[in-house]
Amino acid sequence: MSKDSLFSKKNMKLLSDPLNDNNPITVQVLGICSALAITVQLKPAIVMAISVMVVLSVANVLISLLRNLIPSRIRIIVQLVVIAALVILVDQVLKAFVYDVSKELSVFVGLIITNCIIMGRLEAFALGNTPGKAFLDGLGNSFGYGIILIIVAFFRELLGSGTLFGFPVLESLGVYELGYENNGMMILPPMALITLGVVIWIQRIKNSKLVESK
Amino acid sequence: MQDLANIFIKSIFIDNMVFAYFLGMCSYLAVSKTVKTSVGMGAAVIFVLGFTVPVNYLLENFVLKEGALAWLSSDFASVDLSFLSFIMFIAVIASMVQLVEMLVEKFSPALYSSLGIFLPLIAVNCAILGGSLFMQERAYTTITEATVFGLGSGLGWFLAIVGIAAIREKIRYSNVPPALRGLGITFIITGLMGIAFMSFMGIKL
Repeated sequence: MSKDSLFSKKNMKLLSDPLNDNNPITVQVLGICSALAITVQLKPAIVMAISVMVVLSVANVLISLLRNLIPSRIRIIVQLVVIAALVILVDQVLKAFVYDVSKELSVFVGLIITNCIIMGRLEAFALGNTPGKAFLDGLGNSFGYGIILIIVAFFRELLGSGTLFGFPVLESLGVYELGYENNGMMILPPMALITLGVVIWIQRIKNSKLVESK
Repeated sequence: MQDLANIFIKSIFIDNMVFAYFLGMCSYLAVSKTVKTSVGMGAAVIFVLGFTVPVNYLLENFVLKEGALAWLSSDFASVDLSFLSFIMFIAVIASMVQLVEMLVEKFSPALYSSLGIFLPLIAVNCAILGGSLFMQERAYTTITEATVFGLGSGLGWFLAIVGIAAIREKIRYSNVPPALRGLGITFIITGLMGIAFMSFMGIKL
């Protein structure tokens, strides 16, 4: 195995690939469950993205450190225990410092345990790579996840309630005087799916190698 | 009885796991290519939810909740273990899934091979853990209610995945814009199905 520095070209690719070409949500189709439910407003979306980032990068490092010790037959249980322990930590921290957001996220903090991104990256990457690389991979994938979350939440909050981070943007721009009204539909669950569908559509128009063959 | 029917209808149509909470989307998208496999997957989810929700209900009410340990002795009456609920629930779910996997392998090898990797992945299907967490959050009062809720949510998920699989089988013959093919159009169809399911909102028996 060749020794390369933590920030070599190959390692930077681990960080940048998941942002577009190998995005966890739009290409690997992982972690959609939680991604959609909490994107009505920007604030919970960002809190969620940060929580996933913490859990994913720490879990990736831990599993990568343990990778030679875990018997492969029981690896799923071991992974679940590591993830669940980290999620309990995150949940307690959220309850202590941002209680209102934690109430808003309700069961979805607990559902980080079953967020397929984490399981998927542990299985696909951390079990076969060194801790440093696993950390970068975790960071990159959670950035990719966070970006999609923020894009979807941005449009849903702006069009649905006319605010960003709770600040009435459209009102201060005077859009309502032109006859615009908030689109209540954007707040409802189905529009999250359709918004994400459109995000995928636009990404694939720009990046034609992602188009699925017939 | 009416309460139970209400919970059942509500968990199938109004609080549908897929359309209202986006739970279990990963396997929903991955296994919905043909109706046949999606029926198997849906049935497995109903089965696992119908078992794990009542088991976790017992766990919640006799071990984890504040004061739940009072049946042991009065010394434990003030113990609150609810911070452990994530780890306990996921352990119950993982072992139930193992059991279902063994049963399916024994009684229907064909289904076992067609479900492939997705059967063990039920353990990390958010719909299952979500079912238990919603049960905890909504504080159902009896175990019957919890069981009915579990079965109802499973059935709702089953309906959703069979519906999308049937549509996807047909859409293969349509002319979808290239960039929207596959994943994109599936999301948009699911959104439209969700809008259709919203018309059930407000139904009460």
